[in-house]
Amino acid sequence: MSSEALHEDPGLLSEETKNMHRAIVSLKEELEAVDWYQQRAEACSDDDLRAVLVHNKNEEIEHAMMVLEWIRRHNPTFAANIATYVGSSGPIVQTEAQRTGGVGNAGPDGASAAASPSLGIGSLREGK
Amino acid sequence: MDLLKRSLAPITPEGWEQIDDEARRVLKLHLAARKLVDFSGPHGWELGGVNTGRLKPIHRGPVPEVQHAVRDVQPLIELRSPFVMSIMELDYAARGANDLDLDPVIAAAERMAFAEDTAVFSGFPDARIKGIIEASPHPPVDVKATLEWPRAIVQAKAALRAAGMNGPYALALGPQAYAELTADSEDGYPLRQRIEANLDGPLVWAPALVAGALLVTTRGGDHEITVGQDLAIGYSTHDREKVELYLTESFTFRVLEDKAAILLRRT
Repeated sequence: MSSEALHEDPGLLSEETKNMHRAIVSLKEELEAVDWYQQRAEACSDDDLRAVLVHNKNEEIEHAMMVLEWIRRHNPTFAANIATYVGSSGPIVQTEAQRTGGVGNAGPDGASAAASPSLGIGSLREGK
Repeated sequence: MDLLKRSLAPITPEGWEQIDDEARRVLKLHLAARKLVDFSGPHGWELGGVNTGRLKPIHRGPVPEVQHAVRDVQPLIELRSPFVMSIMELDYAARGANDLDLDPVIAAAERMAFAEDTAVFSGFPDARIKGIIEASPHPPVDVKATLEWPRAIVQAKAALRAAGMNGPYALALGPQAYAELTADSEDGYPLRQRIEANLDGPLVWAPALVAGALLVTTRGGDHEITVGQDLAIGYSTHDREKVELYLTESFTFRVLEDKAAILLRRT
């Protein structure tokens, strides 16, 4: 196994769960690298080195988003929550309430004064 | 206040919850196209049309030696299915009743699902929606008897493959097709199980698919429903005894690859 962080007997885990584990571990590593580069760049006293570190940090962000997209495609709960929160506008903590019948609608365009609560039907295709 | 004006309705939160839950249950059961096609949205009431990326040239523009063209946009349509509820009946929900008479909600949800699926499968010219069936260039596969369904599905699958349409494939079944495949058996082996074994996608009950059945690839990128306001319940008016509500949505549908589906026609 590429990661030693499995919490259960590998023999009890499906290939799907193992692949999701690999993706989640990769996402954690990429985000950790972003954090490290951010701090190093800010503390660095050499402008050229700082530019390299910022460049590297942005590369890690790209890697993280690629892994996240893989996760979105393979987990409908991630997909639904990404659809709810990513790209929304207004107070983030109100976004879910708006989507589920509170104040407004939380589509990709985010909530607005003209948005309405929906029944949350969306896509019914399996795996979406 | 939003367009649905739900806050003006004389309905308790418990009443709304039971109405919404019942509508949601019926819609998820009856909506078939959303189990087959790509879904874009919900984008909200503000979305009025989908960019098709096309231009329509205007041959005689108002200024000479300047070419004029109009961007082509496919407009969204709005559907609204009204229904009337008894206020006293809905008030029972606040007293703990969980067996309200929600027949009007069920009927409205069935009508909405039928309307959306009819537009997707059969088209709706006034809304500039071309349906999957009319868009398909494949000759329909005729099914002359119940026991012919397995052979017809194999034939339809071969036609899609020959056109370069790889799977997974889903089979949407109209009322007659669904009844035949569910009830009948061949040598004691249910037809439905035989067909499911030969498909890598779901069998979908599609009440609006009156023409027969539709084999469609669900690989993505071939059919797209775009939803502005997703299905929701709004308030119209009320008197001392009744409250009028409605189910509504805004959407349009586009066939992006016409060869991605084939009709199986019961004859």
